[in-house]
Amino acid sequence: MTLQIEQVTKKFGDFSAVKDLSMTVKQGSMYGFLGANGAGKTTTFRMILGLLDPTEGTITWNGQPISYANSTHIGYLPEERGLYPKMKVEDQLVYLGQLRGMKKNDAKISAHNWLERFEVPHYANKKVEELSKGNQQKIQVIASVIHKPSLIILDEPFSGLDPVNVEMLKKAIMDIQKDGATIVFSSHRMDHVEELCEQLCIMHHGEAIVRGSLREVKRGFGRQNVRLKADFDLSFLSQIEGVDSFKPSIEGGVFQISEERTAHELLRTALTKGEIRYFAIEEPSLQDIFIEKVGKEHA
Amino acid sequence: MRDFWTIFKQSFLTKAKTKSFVITTLIVVAGIFLMANIATIITKIQDAGVFGGGPEKDTIYVVEENGQLLDPLQQQLNASESGITLKATTKTVDELEQQITDEKIASFLVLELDETETIQATYTSENANAFEQPMKVREALQTVQTNIKANSLELSADEVVQLFSPIQFEQDAVSASSKSEEELSQARGLVYVLIFVIYFAVFYYSNMIATEVATEKSSRVMEIIISSVSPVKHMFAKIAGVGTLGLLQIALFGVAGFIALKTSSSDLTTGVFSFFGFSNVSISTMIFAVLFFLLGYFLYATLAALLGSLVSRTEDVQQLLLPMTFLIIIASFIAFSGLGNPEASYVQIASYFPFFTPLVMFLRVGMLDLPIWEPILGIGILLVSIFILGWFGSRVYRGGVLMYGASQSLKDIKKAMDLGRK
Repeated sequence: MTLQIEQVTKKFGDFSAVKDLSMTVKQGSMYGFLGANGAGKTTTFRMILGLLDPTEGTITWNGQPISYANSTHIGYLPEERGLYPKMKVEDQLVYLGQLRGMKKNDAKISAHNWLERFEVPHYANKKVEELSKGNQQKIQVIASVIHKPSLIILDEPFSGLDPVNVEMLKKAIMDIQKDGATIVFSSHRMDHVEELCEQLCIMHHGEAIVRGSLREVKRGFGRQNVRLKADFDLSFLSQIEGVDSFKPSIEGGVFQISEERTAHELLRTALTKGEIRYFAIEEPSLQDIFIEKVGKEHA
Repeated sequence: MRDFWTIFKQSFLTKAKTKSFVITTLIVVAGIFLMANIATIITKIQDAGVFGGGPEKDTIYVVEENGQLLDPLQQQLNASESGITLKATTKTVDELEQQITDEKIASFLVLELDETETIQATYTSENANAFEQPMKVREALQTVQTNIKANSLELSADEVVQLFSPIQFEQDAVSASSKSEEELSQARGLVYVLIFVIYFAVFYYSNMIATEVATEKSSRVMEIIISSVSPVKHMFAKIAGVGTLGLLQIALFGVAGFIALKTSSSDLTTGVFSFFGFSNVSISTMIFAVLFFLLGYFLYATLAALLGSLVSRTEDVQQLLLPMTFLIIIASFIAFSGLGNPEASYVQIASYFPFFTPLVMFLRVGMLDLPIWEPILGIGILLVSIFILGWFGSRVYRGGVLMYGASQSLKDIKKAMDLGRK
């Protein structure tokens, strides 16, 4: 049960929304999609769902192309909230569950369990338009998982939720994942992706400019920070080969390096001069990477 | 197939349960009962004297010097069952006019026989709109006059009858498809009503489809639905659901109308009902009405769904529906104008143009004795058009529902098709 995207390109006329995208999402894993608006995330999701066909390349789930024949195994939460405003929450969930191949009674039971889990069982007979945005989002999430899908695609699941609800939703998503579901989700919040995803990719102008496991991505960024604290001036260390830049601070300074062995070289050289009170190799945050990779072109 | 029924049931039930639908249906049913009993109700109200009585309308005051015409005229009016009573008066014309103004009397008649034994009569009432009463008086006076003249010519009663014996006049038509004038006017009323019903129903329900689609799109629930079931299935299930609802509503009105007419005291063979030919409802006309409603609905609803899928906001629906609205209005113009002359060549040609067929071919079938191949050919063309439009519509629909933005022109059809090609 692997989601396999192979060399997928999607063109709208002359415009390429997605260029030569390849990725593999293993069963039971959580995959994060990052990217600025218009980067091609939604188009990719629509292709995974079978709403759009790729111009080139193939997308398979469990070795088969995704179509309406296996749509009952797939759950989808669109970026824009989509529910019938005038329909009652329970009716709505049952209807959407039925469209995903559930029996009416099963859908009813499942809907109630989920409402219970999100601590909103009293909304079952309310119209969606009467709920707050955050609560609507909960209903939307339930609609995408009510039928126990094995592949779940969540486009911006956390937007519009307060921190308490974000935690509740995160926990629910992790529980669903533990039950064996494969989850692909997009977010603007780097911390959510760092926290939840083993695998991720950053899309920019339709291309996956960064991709891999969180560790690989951070390693692959090619830069690390070495923070040193000492009682003497450290500026002479910037002469060492492999140091890209040096930012002095009151207690010492931060060296940006490209290779890890430079860090050891730095420490050794520094120790020859005197005592070092603090030494740390710091990983770049996803935020740094994203801004570095995507933000530069924006600026 | 289960998805189809789920969507079918959902679009049927949610619409049927809306307040507006229930209220509209109830109002129309109430209206039908009211219309069927309107004559009885008005009489009841008049009998109760709600309108304050007013002057006695069936009494005409007569001013005549020697009183020789009053009795023969009264006899004549009685003979024709006009219900008019004459009363001789000695008041002057000025006084009588004042009494009319004061609403004490309704009308008066000044009679005089001149030297050539010709009746000079002046009928006066409050306004010149009076039509039925003066006509009856005039006819009666004409007979009185004839009798006087016959007397003076010393003609016997038989001779008078011979003199005025009516000719036999009948209208015949050579065209095989045409009905006799009598049949035609009988059919006209029913066909008129049914054309209106078809026109209104097709228009109303296809509008409903377009609005539904646009609502689902603007609330973005569409994206979830079409990731579960194919847009084509969704589109046709929705059209079928709303169509069934429409059929049910019309059937409800039909049954209500039937009960109302059967239970009302009005006689179907007289008055307004005989004009509409309800005494003589042709089964085949009714069957064709249902058939053309369904076909017309499917054609226009498919077009409406296609157009509805292009807009992102419900506010834009009407604008995009405009071309469709024009089509159906033109069809109704042709059909209504064809009521007077169903054999006109423009009517004949228009009845084969699929967007006009539901109304215009129905008109021809209802009004004329068409050879059976003509409606069948029309229905065939209509079916083919529905399939082509259905195929084309589902292509546009598939892409259209994914398009968001300020799309509100027909140019977007191409864009949607490109997207729909996937």
